[in-house]
Amino acid sequence: MVMLSRVAEHVYWMARYIERAENTARLISVNSNLLLDLPRKVRPGWLPLIAITASDELFHSLYSDADERSVIKFLISDTRNPSSILSSLQSARENARTIRDTTPREGWERLNELYLHATAQAAAGLSQKKRFSYLKSIIFSTQQITGLIAGTMNHDASYSFVCLGSNLERADMTTRIIDVRSANLIPDQDEALQPFENIQWMSVLKSLTAYQMYRRAMQSAIRCSEVLTFLLKNPEFPRTVYHCLGEAQAHLESLPHNDLPLRSLLNLRRIVNDVDTHAMNSKDLHAFIDNLQIGLGQLHNQICASYFRVETGQQQIQSQ
Amino acid sequence: MAVDWQNYCTEGYFDELILNNDKARNGIQPLVDYLNSLSQEDLQERKNAAEVAILAMGITFTVYTEAEGSIDRAWPFDIIPRILTRKEWDGIERGLRQRVKALNLFIDDIYHEQKIIKDKVFPAELLADSRNFRPECVGVDPPLGVWAHVCGSDLVRDKDGTVYVLEDNLRVPSGVSYMLENRQVMKRVFPELFENYSILPVDDYPSQLYNCLASIAPCPMEHPVVAVLTPGMYNSAYFEHSYLAQQMGAELVEGGDLVVAEDDCVYMRTIEGLTRVHVIYRRIDDLFLDPEVFDKESLLGVAGLMRAWKKGNVGLANAPGAGVADDKVVYTYVPEMVKYYLGEEIILPNVPSYRCVNRKELEYVLANLDKLVVKPANESGGYGILIGPQSSAKEREQFARMIRKDPRNYMAQPLLTLSTTPTLISEHVEPRHVDLRPFILSSQEINVTTGGLTRVAMRKGSTVVNSSQGGGSKDTWIIDLEIE
Repeated sequence: MVMLSRVAEHVYWMARYIERAENTARLISVNSNLLLDLPRKVRPGWLPLIAITASDELFHSLYSDADERSVIKFLISDTRNPSSILSSLQSARENARTIRDTTPREGWERLNELYLHATAQAAAGLSQKKRFSYLKSIIFSTQQITGLIAGTMNHDASYSFVCLGSNLERADMTTRIIDVRSANLIPDQDEALQPFENIQWMSVLKSLTAYQMYRRAMQSAIRCSEVLTFLLKNPEFPRTVYHCLGEAQAHLESLPHNDLPLRSLLNLRRIVNDVDTHAMNSKDLHAFIDNLQIGLGQLHNQICASYFRVETGQQQIQSQ
Repeated sequence: MAVDWQNYCTEGYFDELILNNDKARNGIQPLVDYLNSLSQEDLQERKNAAEVAILAMGITFTVYTEAEGSIDRAWPFDIIPRILTRKEWDGIERGLRQRVKALNLFIDDIYHEQKIIKDKVFPAELLADSRNFRPECVGVDPPLGVWAHVCGSDLVRDKDGTVYVLEDNLRVPSGVSYMLENRQVMKRVFPELFENYSILPVDDYPSQLYNCLASIAPCPMEHPVVAVLTPGMYNSAYFEHSYLAQQMGAELVEGGDLVVAEDDCVYMRTIEGLTRVHVIYRRIDDLFLDPEVFDKESLLGVAGLMRAWKKGNVGLANAPGAGVADDKVVYTYVPEMVKYYLGEEIILPNVPSYRCVNRKELEYVLANLDKLVVKPANESGGYGILIGPQSSAKEREQFARMIRKDPRNYMAQPLLTLSTTPTLISEHVEPRHVDLRPFILSSQEINVTTGGLTRVAMRKGSTVVNSSQGGGSKDTWIIDLEIE
């Protein structure tokens, strides 16, 4: 059976949006906790989350205050923000709707339910008291959907596009979290914040549910360079940049005429593998992450060009 | 006993299963006995089982007006089958073959020499005003000379038992997937009934359709690439498009998936690159097919599709322009067509019809609007119709004005009393009006579905069977009494 470009694109975006909703929920959840642990005068507040999701401009055009309520609303339920949880779920659902023949029925049903639930309960996400359980339910539901898809869908080309989408989105989010937490939050020389550095890096790990796995893998205290090494280069933890790229590579290799995107991907993997986080100051790190993000963007564009935007001139010689 | 046949009133109607004196028609008694053996709970249980099966099988139809969230509705289905004997059906089938043969000859003639007009059997003015005549198709020779590969003809039975053809749908007739799925539901819910009857199977339709489509590939080939072209998931028949594609092993594509390259061949965009498509079963209307030729704004179609088709590089079913015979005024000439092209008398009669384009008939129609059903030439789905006996004086005035202004666009028929058949309404079995839509496939040979889709008006007294307007459906059995 051939795979239509349109179907591949919808599958890819569905997976990206599901992953984005999950990651956004993780971010908000961890930031809420972090703020409780830091002394009042050094609390970084909520704006870093806006920076992580690269939506400063949009946010400031819609809200005058960067207070907790505005940021949370913007990230959870504001459908004017295309990356809010509700927008992401809605986009995931719209993409899934058109490919119901390809994806397992239960996956679609759960996604549909999740969207309806997240919309109906959005107010809970805004209230401090109920926020944690609201976000937890979103994270668990998205995990459940991802699991359903992995466990019940043919692992064919279309599943490869699911994995490409979710791993690229995941890698992208991990780099964003590292970037903002390191470059924007902790000025190297800010002594007032030094004692709390551990707490901050712990929160980074926790936002990726990586704390426990970090402990097992690194067997070291929470230190900036160690955490960075782990999140960038650890091959075993499924949310590290290196691991995500590896997954993407495996799926890309199973797809036809993959030379262009595969070349970018291998290049990215090498960069991540070769980097020495211990030698970096926050400026270097920021430049490095910038580079990674540009590379991820290019990889995405090459996937689009190779598989989704097929134009005349790319006829197959043999048609049967 | 749950079914109260004493109070099942068939008076004034032809009932498909039950005679006036609450006796079953020939061959129906086993079904009646079986229904009688069920308690009220059994009956409800079967009904629920059917509903569960429909949900589980994902049989839905789409409603346009509903906002996002629940665009799919479960298909309304009645569990009591509608039954015809093979003997009667054989006659109907012969009539359908004859009709479709003549219709295809007519369409081919219209786009070539127009002999039927030159011989003054069919009026030239009618063609000049036809909304579905496509000048772009003049002179085109589709494979095998067939234009209407898939035809859905609506049959109704009047109170004297005569079966009439109400209309022939030659553009993009839908409903066949429900015919197939209804049978699946019935097999799940009433397996024991199938043991007692010789019911002719219906499920070879998808392979017949595939063969029919494969036969119009640009050149003979073992496995031509066949695609079903859908307007997309918001179309009311999307379930059917995806169902048929699945059953045939064909690709379900939207306009944006296809492209016509410099070589005037049609390709689909796949992750492997562009893949040639040989045959398209298109489920979008002519005017949206190709923005180069028809509606410039159409996003549903494929630029250059007509070019590719005219050059013989892709098969299109139904052929563009086939709708010229799908016009309620042209319909009134089918008996003449049968005589003209085949030299035969028509087997399945038309409903007696008045052509408003003829002065005398126009006068009669205007004088009897309160007794007639008036139909515009080109609407489908039961829209734009005046049902005289149920209309208000104001509606009749309005129609009189419209008919006078554009008589060519209207025809009228007496209001038929559609036959009824026992239908489970909440907890009772009551008579409800039905029609029947068989599907006829034409290529090298003609294949008619065994039976078809029985549509039933679920509201008491209503004769509107369209699913968009509250109709439901039933499984249709053609039973062979001779075998037993």
